Amino acid sequence: MSVINTDVEVTSNEQVAEETFALRFHSPSLAGQLLPGQFINIRVSDAVEPLLRRPYSISSVHGEECEILFSLLGKGTHILATKRAGDRIGILGPLGNTFGYEKDFGTAVIVAGGIGVAPFPHLTRVLQQRAIPVLTFLGARNANRVVTRGLANVHVATDDGSEGFHGTVIQALAAYLDSHEVDRPRLFACGPNAMLKATQAFAHERGFACELSLESEMACGIGICQGCPIERTEGERKYALVCTEGPCFDSHEIIFHEHHHA
Amino acid sequence: MNTSYTLGSMHLKNRVLVASGTFGYGNEAAPYTDLRALGGIVTKSVSWLPRQGNAPTRIAETPAGMLNSIGLANVGIDAFIAEKLPFLREIDTEIIVNIAASTTEEYIRILERLEGEEGIAAYEINVSCPNVKEGGLNFGTRCDMTETITRELRRRTERTLIIKLTPNVTHIADFAKSCENEGADAVALINTLVGMAVNIRTRRPVLSTITGGLSGPAIKPVALAKVFEASKAISIPIIGIGGITTWQDAIEFLLVGASAVQVGTASFRDPDAAVKIARGMETYCREEGVEDIQDLVGALHIDAGTAAPGFVKAREQEKV
Repeated sequence: MSVINTDVEVTSNEQVAEETFALRFHSPSLAGQLLPGQFINIRVSDAVEPLLRRPYSISSVHGEECEILFSLLGKGTHILATKRAGDRIGILGPLGNTFGYEKDFGTAVIVAGGIGVAPFPHLTRVLQQRAIPVLTFLGARNANRVVTRGLANVHVATDDGSEGFHGTVIQALAAYLDSHEVDRPRLFACGPNAMLKATQAFAHERGFACELSLESEMACGIGICQGCPIERTEGERKYALVCTEGPCFDSHEIIFHEHHHA
Repeated sequence: MNTSYTLGSMHLKNRVLVASGTFGYGNEAAPYTDLRALGGIVTKSVSWLPRQGNAPTRIAETPAGMLNSIGLANVGIDAFIAEKLPFLREIDTEIIVNIAASTTEEYIRILERLEGEEGIAAYEINVSCPNVKEGGLNFGTRCDMTETITRELRRRTERTLIIKLTPNVTHIADFAKSCENEGADAVALINTLVGMAVNIRTRRPVLSTITGGLSGPAIKPVALAKVFEASKAISIPIIGIGGITTWQDAIEFLLVGASAVQVGTASFRDPDAAVKIARGMETYCREEGVEDIQDLVGALHIDAGTAAPGFVKAREQEKV
């Protein structure tokens, strides 16, 4: 692995859903080494505001290009949305660990909430290359926010019932599992912390293997700022760092608290 | 062109250090930068026992800056010596260990323990962390405490002793003076400014500890003024810290009186920032025909007749 800390060229940027964009950039070295679950930190401009980079999952790899999916949240994503082919962004990475796609399981069950869908197209492709069955449960606010690109066997749940199952993604998953045989499932979840907490509880209740890809406030992405702690269930150290020890954690490893952002 | 600098018993190859708490223990950033091109590395604060740090949320971005409330999360002295120091001492740069403690005795205990270890050029004493309940800022906002700690540590080491000062006081120059009087080799300033951010949807403070320490470009003008103030009061060297993001920022600090600088928050944005700053300073010196970068230290021109800032004038009156 070789680390990348450089400016790269944006090759395309398209709106794929309400307030949601897919941006591609050219980076053969990142494309060549990125593993499912890893992320990069993006600096959207040379200005001191926004000051810090923000973490983005790599959604998919296309030859020498990488794609990120993002929704409009703050200053950084609004600037990112204005990028056009030929513009430049700063990338730092690849960062973090990977999904446990090499572990022994029968079916990969992807559980994504909102823009938490971001890391899953790449994971789906790698799983399919290994001929591992993939089921995807995708929760969104409404039909306009559903992004299914690069996913397989997608079951949609929306908060307002405007598409697919009317309810939470966990309710949709539970209903499916109650009526279908799924061989040795392993859950891969990413989304808001409230959804991850629900996924964790659901997996433990049913005895499923489960891993959670976390989002966190983060300044550096490489373990120097200590700004992204997540509480560990056991061990001498109370906290793990999301950036270097995650973002993917076994669901038994970590504890969510009320103060975590929804 | 000479960029080197001798500070006490420590020899720096250039004037750029990385600030404590913004560069871990060196190993984390190693893949992203050339550690040998740094003047020195100031380690993450080391306390006697490991500290878990504060609960999330620990950081928040603010206009041109950030708030942090890490709570001195660190591995503790034993693990530092066993696991972190071996890597650090192999790097061809100066290692400055930042020490944090809750009592004078704990500062002494940590320093004495480190005295037995090779590969440490200097100590930076953190009397100014705003994010821990005991110690930290309580020491740094009391001149008598700052004096006691400086005195007690000075008599126990020949290594370079640097006291890191907080800006959260009325007259930072008084504290700098205390450090000088008690034999410190240098003072480093400024640590973070106490700040706060609020989430208007949840109506809660963003940080778990309500307030945190503000850093980044937002505090650079404050830091420059504090360095300027201190430089008028003391003759020991000052290490300037506070929002340094570019080489131009670093030159400003030298001009107002800093002999060296520390790069902090900028390393979060770019782990190679400090090295880029050191290179930029060299280029500037060549362009400006500066043969020894020391010539820039305190070389600020103030036109005759310019009224000195209130705090400087106040000190001059004291002297009379």
